[in-house]
Amino acid sequence: MQLAVFIIFGVLAVAGALNLLLQRHPINSALSLVVVMMSLAVLYWSLGAEFLAAAQVIVYSGAIMVLFVFVIMLLNAGEEKHTHGSRAAYSVGIPGAAAIFCLLSFVFLKERSALMSSNLGGDLGNGLDNISTVSAMLFTKMLLPFEVTSILILVAILGAVVLARKEQ
Amino acid sequence: MSHLSNFEVFLLLSVLKVAVVLVITLMGVAYTVLLERKLLGRIQNRWGPSRVGPYGLLQPLVDGAKLFLKEDLMPLAVERPLFVLAPIIALGCALVSIAVVPFGAVTRVSLNGGPGVDLFQVANVNIGLLVILGVTSIGVYGIALSGWSSNNKYSLLGSLRSTAQVVSYELALGLSLVGVVLRAGSLNLRTIVDSQSHGYGFLGWNFFGGFQFVAFFIYLMAAYAETNRAPFDLPEAETELVAGYHTEYSSMKFAMFFMAEYGNMITVSCVATLLFFGGASSPFGHLIPALGGPVVQAILSVFWFVAKVFGFLFLYIWVRSTLPRFRYDQLMSFGWKFLLPLAMANIIVTSFLLAMRG
Repeated sequence: MQLAVFIIFGVLAVAGALNLLLQRHPINSALSLVVVMMSLAVLYWSLGAEFLAAAQVIVYSGAIMVLFVFVIMLLNAGEEKHTHGSRAAYSVGIPGAAAIFCLLSFVFLKERSALMSSNLGGDLGNGLDNISTVSAMLFTKMLLPFEVTSILILVAILGAVVLARKEQ
Repeated sequence: MSHLSNFEVFLLLSVLKVAVVLVITLMGVAYTVLLERKLLGRIQNRWGPSRVGPYGLLQPLVDGAKLFLKEDLMPLAVERPLFVLAPIIALGCALVSIAVVPFGAVTRVSLNGGPGVDLFQVANVNIGLLVILGVTSIGVYGIALSGWSSNNKYSLLGSLRSTAQVVSYELALGLSLVGVVLRAGSLNLRTIVDSQSHGYGFLGWNFFGGFQFVAFFIYLMAAYAETNRAPFDLPEAETELVAGYHTEYSSMKFAMFFMAEYGNMITVSCVATLLFFGGASSPFGHLIPALGGPVVQAILSVFWFVAKVFGFLFLYIWVRSTLPRFRYDQLMSFGWKFLLPLAMANIIVTSFLLAMRG
């Protein structure tokens, strides 16, 4: 069951990501990104991280991507042309992506036995109450990064206000 | 039927529940439309629909048949796939969230002597409340895409207004529910309902005993804005925007938007009932002895739930017929400068009091 869900939504996420790159109209690309976000949410859910899945749907698909679509609609952005890619993408981007892929697969294959035995995720529907676990972790062990992140977001909001304010 | 495995029983009963709940919700949508037309009529001193069937009771069925048989016009300059997809998203999201709503007391039914299946809830999810919020936030795409793909300035303006409004009020809506979640200590809708029943009837409900009435009024106003209903119905303000985002739609595609609006009203009323008014619990608590055995008690719990939801639908229609429409800048400053700070203050006070009590 979990494997079937993983294959279906993994393929959907990859297909959505490819469609995002290949579509010429910005709104189609934005909607493909929504498909990617939703498939990721299902994958989180199938690993037992239900709170993360719900947060993914509410924050990314429901708020951030809605704003993307809103801005595209507001600017009435038209079709874009395909380019042949920049030199930076060929010289840094593709080798970098390949290196990250190799590193991640090396780590996961090497630590496979350790990951299998650890209690990272759960099965579908065994009723983990992981909201309290997540919040306990956030407010004890991870308190400093959590607060630093919130200050970062506050700075971003203040920056947006300063940029949007009318000149006196 | 003892040869069925537990999983087969679960699957069969779940399919049956989904079908029954879907049919009942759609009938509820149809008759909410009739209720609205009748009540608006009486409030405006006229009769409302009264010709088809006794008291006009067959009017929704006739309306449905008419919309099915109408020609499905598709303007030439629309963005075809998105134009078709938009009403499907809107209606789908409006109907999905009813799946996590518990509309009766826990009533387990088993076909083979196994653990059984809860009859009055399609899926008991740990994060039921977040599921409802998530599905509602996805529903915006239906409105946004319909306006954009119609290639019509009125539709586009309507959907821009609607998207901005829904995104703004979603914050106040989500924050107003945090007080209730703090009191219950869970996002599971069954647990939230159980946290309000201590045998004292309505005194245990979050609205009365839980002192969450501020949160309730924030929720109510934000929910009216979320469902694009009066007095926040700017996206389809007919004096300015023809019909707003569904101007170009006809036949069943129009009907799907219409059904989505009323489906959302029903969902919002269900959530208000569950979170603030004790869900399917009786307002008299244990004052009235449990008469008539388990079957009558189960039906009675559904009766209380439906009665409360009906009350909220009535309020929706009453408000629509009474209040004038907000202006756009009033709408935005009301949401951001009044509801949002108030919701945050409610969270702080509630968590402070809960911490004081230990």
